[in-house]
Amino acid sequence: MSGSQWELPPELCCRPMAFVALTGLDVTYNAVHRAIWDAFCANRRADRVPISFKVLAGDHEYPKCRTKRTSYEWYIPKGILKTGWMNKHLNLVPALVVLFYELDWDDPQWKEKQSECATKVEIVSLQGRNTKVAVVLIQKKTPLPPGEDLVASERASSLCNACDLSGKSLFVLPHTDHLVGYIIRLENAFYEHAQTYYYTEIRRVKSHKEFLNKTTHQLLFVRHQFKIAFFSELKQDTQNALKYYRTAYSLVHELRAHETNMLEIKTMAGFINYKICRLCFQHNTPLDAIAQFRKHIDLCKKKIGSADLAFEHTAWMSKQFQSFGELFDEAIKLGLTAIQTQNPGFYYQQAACYSQDRKLTAQQLCQAGAVCPIPDPLDTPTGGLDFYGQRAWRQGHQSIDPPDPEKERTGILALQIKERDVPHSELIIALLSNAVAQFKKYKCPRMKSHLMVQMGEEYYHAKDYTKALKLLDYVMCDYRTERWWALLTAILSTALRCSYLMANVKDYMTYCMELLGRASTLKEEQKSRIEKNLLKVLKNEVPDAEPDCEPSGSSAAAALWKDRMALSGSNEFSIEVQDYVPFIQCKARFLAPSFHVDQPIQLQVFLRADCPHPISFNKLSVSLSNQCYNQWCVVEASGQDTMLLTPGETSCFSFNFVAKTQDVGKKIEMTGIELMLGSGRWVFLSWRGAGGDAASAHEALQASRSARPRGPGAGARPEGAWDALTIQHSTMIISRVPKISVQLSHQPPALNNEMYCITLSIQSQEEGVAREVRLTAGLKPGQDANLSQATHVTLDRGQVCDASDPALLPDIPLGDLNPGHKVEQRVYVRCVSTGPRVFLFHVAYSINTSVDGQEIDCNCHKDETIAIETVEPFEVSSKFVSTKLEPLDRVVVDIPFVLMTDLLSSSPWPLLLHSSSLQLVTMATCTPHPLSQLEQVVLQTGECASECFCLQCPSGAEANGTVATGQYVISWRRESSSLDTPLVHTTVPLPHIPLENIPLYIHAELPSFGRVRETLPVRYHIENRTALVQQVEMAVEPSDAFMFSGLKQVRLHILPGAEQQMLYNYYPLMAGYQSLPQLNISLPRCPATDTHTLRRFLPQRIFVKPQGRELDDASIAAA
Amino acid sequence: MAVCIAVIAKENYPLYIRSVPTQNELKFHYTVHTSLDVVEEKISAAGKAMADQRELYLGLLYPTEDYKVYGYVTNSKVKFVIVVDSSNTSLRDNEIRSMFRKLHNSFTDVMCNPFYNPGDPVQSKVFEGMVSGMMVQVS
Repeated sequence: MSGSQWELPPELCCRPMAFVALTGLDVTYNAVHRAIWDAFCANRRADRVPISFKVLAGDHEYPKCRTKRTSYEWYIPKGILKTGWMNKHLNLVPALVVLFYELDWDDPQWKEKQSECATKVEIVSLQGRNTKVAVVLIQKKTPLPPGEDLVASERASSLCNACDLSGKSLFVLPHTDHLVGYIIRLENAFYEHAQTYYYTEIRRVKSHKEFLNKTTHQLLFVRHQFKIAFFSELKQDTQNALKYYRTAYSLVHELRAHETNMLEIKTMAGFINYKICRLCFQHNTPLDAIAQFRKHIDLCKKKIGSADLAFEHTAWMSKQFQSFGELFDEAIKLGLTAIQTQNPGFYYQQAACYSQDRKLTAQQLCQAGAVCPIPDPLDTPTGGLDFYGQRAWRQGHQSIDPPDPEKERTGILALQIKERDVPHSELIIALLSNAVAQFKKYKCPRMKSHLMVQMGEEYYHAKDYTKALKLLDYVMCDYRTERWWALLTAILSTALRCSYLMANVKDYMTYCMELLGRASTLKEEQKSRIEKNLLKVLKNEVPDAEPDCEPSGSSAAAALWKDRMALSGSNEFSIEVQDYVPFIQCKARFLAPSFHVDQPIQLQVFLRADCPHPISFNKLSVSLSNQCYNQWCVVEASGQDTMLLTPGETSCFSFNFVAKTQDVGKKIEMTGIELMLGSGRWVFLSWRGAGGDAASAHEALQASRSARPRGPGAGARPEGAWDALTIQHSTMIISRVPKISVQLSHQPPALNNEMYCITLSIQSQEEGVAREVRLTAGLKPGQDANLSQATHVTLDRGQVCDASDPALLPDIPLGDLNPGHKVEQRVYVRCVSTGPRVFLFHVAYSINTSVDGQEIDCNCHKDETIAIETVEPFEVSSKFVSTKLEPLDRVVVDIPFVLMTDLLSSSPWPLLLHSSSLQLVTMATCTPHPLSQLEQVVLQTGECASECFCLQCPSGAEANGTVATGQYVISWRRESSSLDTPLVHTTVPLPHIPLENIPLYIHAELPSFGRVRETLPVRYHIENRTALVQQVEMAVEPSDAFMFSGLKQVRLHILPGAEQQMLYNYYPLMAGYQSLPQLNISLPRCPATDTHTLRRFLPQRIFVKPQGRELDDASIAAA
Repeated sequence: MAVCIAVIAKENYPLYIRSVPTQNELKFHYTVHTSLDVVEEKISAAGKAMADQRELYLGLLYPTEDYKVYGYVTNSKVKFVIVVDSSNTSLRDNEIRSMFRKLHNSFTDVMCNPFYNPGDPVQSKVFEGMVSGMMVQVS
């Protein structure tokens, strides 16, 4: 009862539905009746009318109706609402009683059955109530359509008369296949009857109003409005119900409130408020619900009532919030959307808050020693109350002063004693966890954390320390990452008390360490106390009790601690402190991000204690990613004296070790730092990586922000110096610096295809012998993949390297190198394509050296890279000209022509052309053994070497299309290179040229120049190159510059392969370049060949010298 | 007048919290901390709409039974929170706004101090005095 005293009665919280009683059904033994009953109660979905059905016996006794009051004049009401009233109308007084009776229209014993039915109807009639009665005849036969069965209509009216029923209240239920359909029609009819019943009930209650007066019947105003509203709800008229409830609500607050009836008023106000909010949510007007609730709370907040029972008010308030939260939550489940700032969580939270108040007031008001008075004033003769919200010992009492002060006193005492036994913490935790669930849903992580802290604290009060710690631990981390130190400290203090009371050693130490740390906002003396306790625990002693713990708990805890102490084992604890803000800060760093292998690796660990008193430790060790170095990174207290950390001072521990040569190129990382504390109990504080904790990253950031120069005072801030210490958790071991020099000499750019010589000279500056010097030379890997195909490297100067030579020559042994000595190596590179390349020369050797007295054998290497551009040494162009040096676009079979090649040097270095030659395909040379005209020619930059070859296409060659000429091969080298350097042979393909046959070939034989007025003999040779006799017509056109003798116009026949000569004597008349007289030739048999095609074989002009004197002639000859 | 005034850094840790000494200080810390939920939500909702033309004053964050919590976010995401007693109905929205404006101006002065390192707790006496003027005077 104690918890449920504040619960809302179930009849208030349910949805009221019209109550219809079914009688005359034997659901246990009669299968037909059973089926009918099942059809009524199964599948009551939302689309069916809201009726609650109950099967009652035919002779069931319904609540008696009190005799109606005729006058209210002398009536003084005893309370607002009777406790049984709602239940009575929901479950006891039906709106309609339905009598089921098996009777067919053609029943042989109709008369007897009819009178039996009438008797049964008479039995169920309720005296004084307006309850309707209806009769349902269960029939085996399907009825005929109305009006057709005359017997039925006649018998129906007689039955109605006999039972005193109206025709609307008689129903027929044929027991056939369509049972459910009939049932649904039946219940709709019942629903209408019920509605009428509740309507008349409302009218009846309303009719009382005129008898009431405002002075004595205030309670009845509320009661009647409530009843009307409730009946409206039963009638499913929720709009009106809401209206009446609202009226009732304002009436309830008009009641004269005093200490004795305050509880009753609040209880009823709570009920009505609940109904209003519920209906508002149902009508989908949540804002109205919230507004109503706010109004309700504002009105009732101050109505505390009796000060001795203040806890009742808080309990009631808590319940108001809780039930509103539940209504809200239920509405959300039905589709309402809530928002972050308006969700059920706030109501649950407030409910929890009032429950906490309730607990506090209960603790103040309920003395522990009091015993329950006998007889219990809370006992009532009926076991319950007559009216809601009244006192058991003075029910119905409505005047301002209690009737009996003594009874009042014992009654209050009894209530206080009952309150003492209420499990407040459980209630609070349940409410908080409801709120947590809501806030989680509405994205309020911080609110959620806050509520979880409250839950944890409540568990602490309820002495469930394990659960408390679990919750507190869970949220601590959130407050830590958000850096709300004041809140974190408060939570830690609670957690510390929990762990103390449980004697949980590890947790206790962890919380102590964080409370001593810099994140804690505790005062110095509290820190000092905690540190003393921590030191005791470290010595395996019992710590002092935490203040604010109740004495009984502390003594139990002390016993637990003694047991812990006695346990010999499990005295070593390892605590990961990285994620906390512990009282010892640790930062470690390698002194450099990389170390050469011949240097000792230096590492520093900084420790700093934030606690008020010095703390000693036994051992500090650093673990590294390569564990063999760990042995060098340990510092241990020797014997009795331990190492001491002074608060506020930074202690630095340095470690050195020599790296192993096989670790060259690897990274060494710090994987953890461990600090051992304690004597008697050993605690290992361990940091992952190189130290730091939950707060250090932010501190380092702040320190870097303030790192700007601050004048001379900057060095005087140790605080800043610590924050500015940066962690260097890893270092690279890199190879020893080589003490050799590598020099490259070469003459860039490289020429395409040449054997490019790079001379490498290595000079040792080592103090010892550099052993096993090895050279890797060639194309630097990682460039364009095609380059490695087009680059070849060799050491052999004797021959031109080919595709089989690699692009990179690895590990060329160069032997040992004594101190100060020098070694040279030539490397030849052949690039067969132009463009830039990067070459790598990697010299590696090993040497013995000593580090910190340790002999180590290290490998050193030095890399040199050079970028070399490769260019073409020269450009070759070639052209075809006739024997007269006129450009040819085609050549004629069997007629000689000239190939001219031009070789233009583009090399910045002089080139020596050794020789050149032609490799002909179709053509043949006219000279049997042509000598190269370029032999031993030296070409400077930009100079050009030309050469010409007289070629002829032999007869019989295919005369259509183009023909390949062949290749031009040039052998060359740099002029500066030594004589034994192999020659480079560059092959240049020659262009293709169209080839043709001609039927007639003509050429002229004439001197190289003429002289004015001296005979110039010209002989034309005409060859027939066909297998036919050719008729040729020739004519010489007159010319102003020449006179001539010979045949002016002639027609001749030339036999196949034969040649005809025509001789003309020209006589120049003018000096200078003169056009020769035009020779016109036509071949009637070959119209394609005419003067135009043949003219190219003939000279067009000749130089005519003026007529000179003998002397001039001689001077010309001299020239 | 206010019962608690807080300045919260961009990263949501407190730069300054001052509450009336008569009541439980821790409770105000929790109130301010939990109000950040709503602030964050409002910032992210406003950030989507228009980043530069955002109203700095966030209005009433959430009402509790006893207090009203108001919020304000500067452009650099420093938050100001003012907690007012629910029973104090005389304070209008405009007055809260002007309190925030004063707070913002004073905080800007703190930031302008070359010796102040942004992100450190505010210890300025001038700021302290200005806040005291806005707090409920305990007699």
